[in-house]
Amino acid sequence: MQLHVENLACSRGERRIFEGVSFALWPGDALLVLGRNGAGKSSLLDILAGRLAPAGGTLALTGAGERTLPECLHHVGHRDALKAALTAEENLAFARDFLGDPALTPREALAALGLAHAAGLPVAYLSAGQRRRVALARLLVARRAFWLLDEPTAALDTASQEVLRRLIEEHRASGGIVVATTHQPLALDGAREIRIERSAPAPEPFRSGDVL
Amino acid sequence: MRAFLALLIRDLKLAARVGGSGLMGLVFFLSIVTMIPFALGPDLNLLSRIGPAILWIAALLATLIGLDRLFQADQEDGSLDLLRLSPAPLEAVVLAKVTAHWLVTGLPLALAAPFFGLLVALTPDAMLAMVATLLVGTPALTFVGAVGAALTASLRRGGLILAILVLPFMIPTLIFGVSAADAATGGTIPFATPFLILVALTLVAAVVGTVGAAAALRSGE
Repeated sequence: MQLHVENLACSRGERRIFEGVSFALWPGDALLVLGRNGAGKSSLLDILAGRLAPAGGTLALTGAGERTLPECLHHVGHRDALKAALTAEENLAFARDFLGDPALTPREALAALGLAHAAGLPVAYLSAGQRRRVALARLLVARRAFWLLDEPTAALDTASQEVLRRLIEEHRASGGIVVATTHQPLALDGAREIRIERSAPAPEPFRSGDVL
Repeated sequence: MRAFLALLIRDLKLAARVGGSGLMGLVFFLSIVTMIPFALGPDLNLLSRIGPAILWIAALLATLIGLDRLFQADQEDGSLDLLRLSPAPLEAVVLAKVTAHWLVTGLPLALAAPFFGLLVALTPDAMLAMVATLLVGTPALTFVGAVGAALTASLRRGGLILAILVLPFMIPTLIFGVSAADAATGGTIPFATPFLILVALTLVAAVVGTVGAAAALRSGE
């Protein structure tokens, strides 16, 4: 499965966020998306995940047959997409049934992230780092080629960051592709980096007259 | 199909776990129906004549409760983004969520109608007709409401806008629901005439509502 991205541009409302972003991804690739806060890193992942329509450019996916790009990927974003009232295991069981192509069972996935003891707890009782790990465990319950990770190390302790790095390397070794935005170095082997810059100069300073 | 069932079961589980909208809708339904006799005074004939209309208005308002959270809850915690990644089309996602919502809010209303019918002095025939019309008509209300819920999913305070948006589209269901219930207790037209139109309205709402809500969710971002 390959993805070719040509000259991608993104606008939110009237503002042009970035333009002219091009890259290609082959099996086993890892792409780190770098850039300042608000540069459009998350927007780039949103476009890849089909949440946001690109303002220009093309996305070409080859080797996926009938499937569209959103059906071939996992997206772990800022919002963890977990239901607070359900247990960690129930959340993952739902994702496994819903996304199709099941891989590990919820308990195995949680054990891989060191959360086996929390399987029966409602997600509402978990800490920010534990919730992030449950969201990351979703990567393991359904088999998908692309992993889009938005700040995956946020709220994770050092041991969990190391677990995540190992999972990413295993995924790449089996032909998977990882796109991650990050401010902290993830120390992935042979990862490529792309820097997103604001295309236009910074917006004009806010004037109170603009409100109404 | 597997995705549809998974989502349906998840939403039913959530409704059971969180409580909230289903039970609240029922209590709200009860409060409206009990208020009316107090306002009208103890005229049993009048009550039993306008009883079906009261029950239908109450059911309509009770349906609106919790409708604003149908997609908004998923939008807020990011689950909606997860739902977009499914191999199942967004229409199936909408259908699963609406079905779960109706099972939790609409179905209890229809089943509780005989007990509330007692409060407005309905005859046994009329009670049976109320159950039948609510059972057939409330899905239409939920499907129409789902379009509004999808449109207002990303609005912080979408509840009131939702009500204003969808109430006009619920009028046909209301008209034929009430006239079918009235026809059952005597009238010039047979029960089947308005009832079959009510069934047709529900079928149309099921298609238009599902496609419309999915389209609204697609253009939502």
